[in-house]
This record gives sequence, structure tokens and C-alpha cells, in this order.
Amino acid sequence: MAITKKQTAELAKQVFEYAPAPEAIDHIKIQPRYGLFIGGRMVDAHGKKRFPTINPATEKTLSEVAEADGVDVDRAVKAAGKAFDSWSHLSASRRARYLFRISRLIQERSRELAVVETMDGGKPIKESRDVDIPLSAAHFFYYAGWADKLEWAFPNRKPRPIGVAGQVIPWNFPLLMLAWKIAPALAAGNTVVLKPAETTPLSAMVFAEICMQAELPPGVVNIVTGAGNTGFLVVSHPHVKKVAFTGSTEVGKLIQRAIAGTGKRLTLELGGKAANIVFEDAPLDQAVEGIVNGIYFNQGHVCCAGSRLLVQESIAEPLLEKLKRRLSTLRLGDPLDKNTDIGAINSRAQLEKIQGLVESGVEEGAELYQPECVLPERGFWFPPSLFTNVSQSYRIAREEIFGPVLSVLTFRTPNEAVEKANNTPYGLSAGVWTDKGSRILWMAERLRAGVVWANTFNRFDPTSPFGGYKESGFGREGGVHGLLPYVELT
Amino acid sequence: MDVRKTYKLFLNGEFVRSESGRAYRPDGSVNVPRGSRKDLRDAVRAARTAFPGWAARTAMNRGQILYRAAEMLDGRAAQFLELLGGGVRARRELDQSVEALVWYAGWTDKLPQITGTVNPVAGPYFNFTIPEPTGVVAIVAPEESPLLGLVRRLAPALCGGNVVIALAAESSPLAALTLAEVLATSDVPAGVVNIISGQRKELLPTLASHMDVNAIDVAGCNGNEVKAIEESAAGNIKRVIKLTQREQSPHLIAAFMEMKTVWHPIGV
Repeated sequence: MAITKKQTAELAKQVFEYAPAPEAIDHIKIQPRYGLFIGGRMVDAHGKKRFPTINPATEKTLSEVAEADGVDVDRAVKAAGKAFDSWSHLSASRRARYLFRISRLIQERSRELAVVETMDGGKPIKESRDVDIPLSAAHFFYYAGWADKLEWAFPNRKPRPIGVAGQVIPWNFPLLMLAWKIAPALAAGNTVVLKPAETTPLSAMVFAEICMQAELPPGVVNIVTGAGNTGFLVVSHPHVKKVAFTGSTEVGKLIQRAIAGTGKRLTLELGGKAANIVFEDAPLDQAVEGIVNGIYFNQGHVCCAGSRLLVQESIAEPLLEKLKRRLSTLRLGDPLDKNTDIGAINSRAQLEKIQGLVESGVEEGAELYQPECVLPERGFWFPPSLFTNVSQSYRIAREEIFGPVLSVLTFRTPNEAVEKANNTPYGLSAGVWTDKGSRILWMAERLRAGVVWANTFNRFDPTSPFGGYKESGFGREGGVHGLLPYVELT
Repeated sequence: MDVRKTYKLFLNGEFVRSESGRAYRPDGSVNVPRGSRKDLRDAVRAARTAFPGWAARTAMNRGQILYRAAEMLDGRAAQFLELLGGGVRARRELDQSVEALVWYAGWTDKLPQITGTVNPVAGPYFNFTIPEPTGVVAIVAPEESPLLGLVRRLAPALCGGNVVIALAAESSPLAALTLAEVLATSDVPAGVVNIISGQRKELLPTLASHMDVNAIDVAGCNGNEVKAIEESAAGNIKRVIKLTQREQSPHLIAAFMEMKTVWHPIGV
């Protein structure tokens, strides 16, 4: 029996109540204190300085983590340097086996990793469970297979490892970014010193346990915790031959400047201000889901987030209506609840940055829409937000907000869409929504961005290279292209 | 009595004096234009304008133009041998320059087949990665082998569809300025290659810090210059290409390029 239009409208109005479905945390053992992972074991930091890492959804301290200073970083780099001699000469198939082991261990401990990731970072458990952790395991699995096939990736050349890689990663996908950094580095025969973000060090600490469980030779992976200064010490250490950084464009510039003239190899994966472009022939309901996934996934803490929605003028009204209705059904709250769509903002500092930029949007004349949404009393929260009446010159259309805030602009012709999409110093990603395959490729050719998603958004795969044009950085992670930054070709 | 040649900058397809009206005498006799920061600015503007057209040329067409440049260079062998000081070394430098152009001419329509990939992602997507030109590329010619050093970087940059601002060797700019005549008769569109002579000390900082230059090749620079260039390059996350001068490979072409990954949906 066909459902009448009236019935559909009534269904849409219906409010679905969800009983709480929190993920159990009683099986999770977060230690009250963590040291540094250097030379294959957890060691105390030299300076005895510690800092708390909190759950941004409750503001409760989860653990105290060591702050590595120059002495610690030096020890870590030396341990990595020592391990490099044997690791780089180990038979490639052995290296592969260690990486396969790590991949398996991540899978085995996936539930624990997902919960830790969500508690430490604030992201919804369904995302850490279904995206972060499986992709991390997949990444190690993919690069494990490359370890003994490097000659096939670089025909006519002899690929050799570079040495000690200094890697600094952000707080939005802590374990996944760790995997993106460590897996290709190790596969190519390098050793690493990695610094996780100061607000999300815990999954890296679990990963240190996994390295020990895998019996990875001591010093091949070293993890030093700390804030920006520790990261700076890692990348500028004279024995670090390769620097990989994922984070803001601002810090990326500082790093490029800081290591100028040192001969260190560098890859940067920086900010973005991606355009998500919806044409009038796009399936609107599917596009609405994609727009939501593009900007509200992980509270918008995504460098490739589709933060500028470009809608063809003819469908702007119905699309926005659907989108607003969809926003009102997003569930914000306890990240550990399996029904939660929008978790906590990662830190107070980030929340203040988002608030500041949203205020600037209102002041500059854009129209703010936020669904009715009760924010929990404790913790850091920001409702899913949408700006219309946005001019390209507004800060909210130019600057990376890194929060659940969408700026909506319109266009009339495909050329105008391209023009507006490319009107940014960034160039990390872009989205295209249309039913026309030829138009997808026409657009993809013209968009100056490293990743173009068509009729989807925010999809990742270990085989698929990721990285930016222009001020979004250089170098690729993932795929065969992700090996290049970690080899010397002779 | 000879009809002497006035050496000029090659800017937007035209042979012009420096807007500054200045000249210098690298070998003590010939006046060479001393390009200014404004000349560089004009060159970047010309290059940026020429970029979409050049990048959109078919791969085969770019290959034929590079091959034509090889023909023109070989055809002017006598002139270049004289500029390069004659003898076996000059001969070798010229031959290798011609060879580099021919070699890269044959790469234009093969590079995506070698450096591109189809990626077996989990999900209903046809996922592929292709190289695309990065945009406006600055090349600094080395002081020694001023022709070969330049051609070895110019050819791979053009091969991938980039547009170029080249800085001629300060102490021996004549070969580079004469190479402009080769390019001008090879159907290289106006603005695709711009060749500026002048003082590195004056021009390098501008080139390295220009916000509309996407990449800078420093194979022809010394250690101090590289450091200064890298510091300025950070202003707009320029790609600093440091592969050795001897590098001749698809990796060098790819160093001037960006890898773009497209997720194309599969469905009925």
C-alpha cells in the first residue's frame, strides 16, 4: 500500500525517543599515569613534568601524562637511531610480519581502543568504533604488504629507508593519524619518534602496549607525549631525517620555516576549507546525508570537512529546508552513547575558537541557524550550526573553523561553482553531488584539491592517497604514493 | 661589421628590456638586462594567466612542442656551442640538453600511466589517482652548465603542464636568454616560459616569497640560498624541489605535480 504524502509528512514530524545506550567502560583500564615509550619500554620522563588529559565530555581527568623535554626527545631519537641500523637491515618479509601483527592486535583490541579514543577525544563511539579503529588496522595491514614489495613500487630505482622519522599528529583522529604516520614509515624500513596531540595521548599509549605485545624490536617506535614545544623538539632534532606533520596550516608554516636548510625531508598535511558542491540534478536526500557527514562528522574536527556548501540556486530552498530538518534530528550528547551523532568538542580552547568564528559570522551579517538542542552542563559542546547569507569574504567562508559549522553559498553555473570552490588558499578536498557522471569528471578535473569525492564525502581507504594542494600541504598519505615520502631513491 | 644582438628578458612571449632599465655585464662586454622584482611580478602574472591553457593542452601536443624545442635547439647548435665556450664540454652540454628535451617530450603522454593509480577501495567507488601540474614553478638555473642545468628542470616542469619563471645563471646568462629564442619558435604559448636575468641576491627572495608561485626548484642553488628560500617558501607552503641536478626521471616530473584522487560513485 502506497504511503500518502500526508502520512509521510506526519512521519517526518514524529519524534523518536532513544533510550540511553552507553558503551560499557568497566573493562577499560586507563592507568592513572603514563610515562614515555622509548627504546621498547615505558620510561619516566626526565623532567618529571606531567599534564592531565581530560574527557572533554565530562571535564574529568582520565590520566596524567608525561611531558617530554629536550633530554627525553633526544633519548627517543637516539633509541630510534640505534634501532634503525637493525630494522633497516631486517629482511623485508620480517618487517612485514611485524606490521601484520600490529594490524591484528589493533583488531583484537578494537573495542578497548574505540572506547579510549572516544573518552579521550570526545568523538561519538559509533565513529571511533566504525571508522577510526577499523581504518587504523586496515592501514597497517595495507602497508605491511608493501614492506617486502618496495622494488615493485619504484621500478628502475633502489628504494632505501631515510632514517629516523619525526612525526607530529593532531587530536581529531588520534589513532588513525598515528597509523597513517607509522605504518608507511616502518614498512619502508625507517624508525620513528611520534608525538601525539596533547589532548589525545591515550590511544597512542595503548598503541605502545601493542608494540610491546607485538614484540616489535625496541626503539623502532618511540612515543613522546607533550605539547607544541615537545613537537618542535622532535621535528628540529638534528638526527631526525624526515619530518611528517598533520595539523594546522599555521603550525605547518612554522615547521617548514624551522627546518629550512637542514636537508630534512618534509611532508605536511594541513588545513582545509573544502567546498561541497550540490547540483540541481543531485538526489537531494542522499546529498543531505552527505552534507551532514561532510561537516558534522567528528564535530567538524576534520581537515577535509565540507565546510563550504555550494548549492545551485534553483534547489537552494528545498535543499536547505531538508538540511535544517535533518539537523534537528541529530543527537548531541554523551559520546559513549551508541546513538550519539555529535559528541563533545575536543577542548575548551577549540570550543572558544569555534565560538569566536561563529560570532564573527553573525557580526559580518550572515544568518545563523541552529536546531533546538540541549547542551549537557559539563563538558565542551557546540550545536550543529549552519550559516546562510554568507559572502565569500566573510571569515566563516575563508578560515578553517574546525567545528560543526557550515557556511552555505549559492551558484548558478558549473563554472561559477568551480570559481568559488577554488577561491581559497587551501586545496585539500572537495565534494560534488550530481547524477551526471560526465559532470563529476568535468568538475573533478577543475577543482584544485587533492581529494574529490563525488556523491559521497569524508571517505577514506588505506589504498587511496590523501593530501593537499596549495596551502593544505604537500605529500600524500595512503596508497603507493604514501611510500614515497619515506624512501630515498638511488 | 657585425649586427650585434641586444639581449632581452623573455616575458609573456615577448623579448623585453627590464622595466627598471638596468643592465649588467657578466662577462665584462655584453650588456644583459638586470631584471627587477617588478619584472618577476609581471612574469608571475603572465605565467598564471597562461597556466590553464597550457595545462589543458593534450599530452601529445605538449610532447610535440617539447620535441620542437629540441629540434630548434639542435638547429642552433653552432650558436649555442659558441655561447657555451666551445670545445668538448660545450658539445656535451648541448647534446645532453637536446637529449633531455627529447626524453621529456616522450613522457608527456606516459606520465599518468606510470605515476597514476587505480585504488581498490572498500566500497562502491571507482577510485583513481592522477598527476596534475602544480601551477607556477620557479626554476633557478645553476651557474655551472647554465644551459643543461636549466633545461634539465625546465623540460620536466613543462612536461607535466606547469608554467615556469626561470632565473638565468647570473654569471653566464646568455645561453638561457638565447634558449628563449628556441622556445619562442617552438609554439610554446606566451607566458608558459618566462626567462629573467639579473642578480640572484636581488631576485631570489622575491621568487621564494611570492604568494602566487606554487613551487620552486633549488637544484641550482647553494646551501645558504636553499635555507633562505625554504624559509620564505613557508609563507604559502611552496613545494621546494631539491632532487639532485642529475635526476632525470618520472619522479622529477612528478615532483612538479600534485596527485589528485577522485572517488567516482558506482551504481545504477
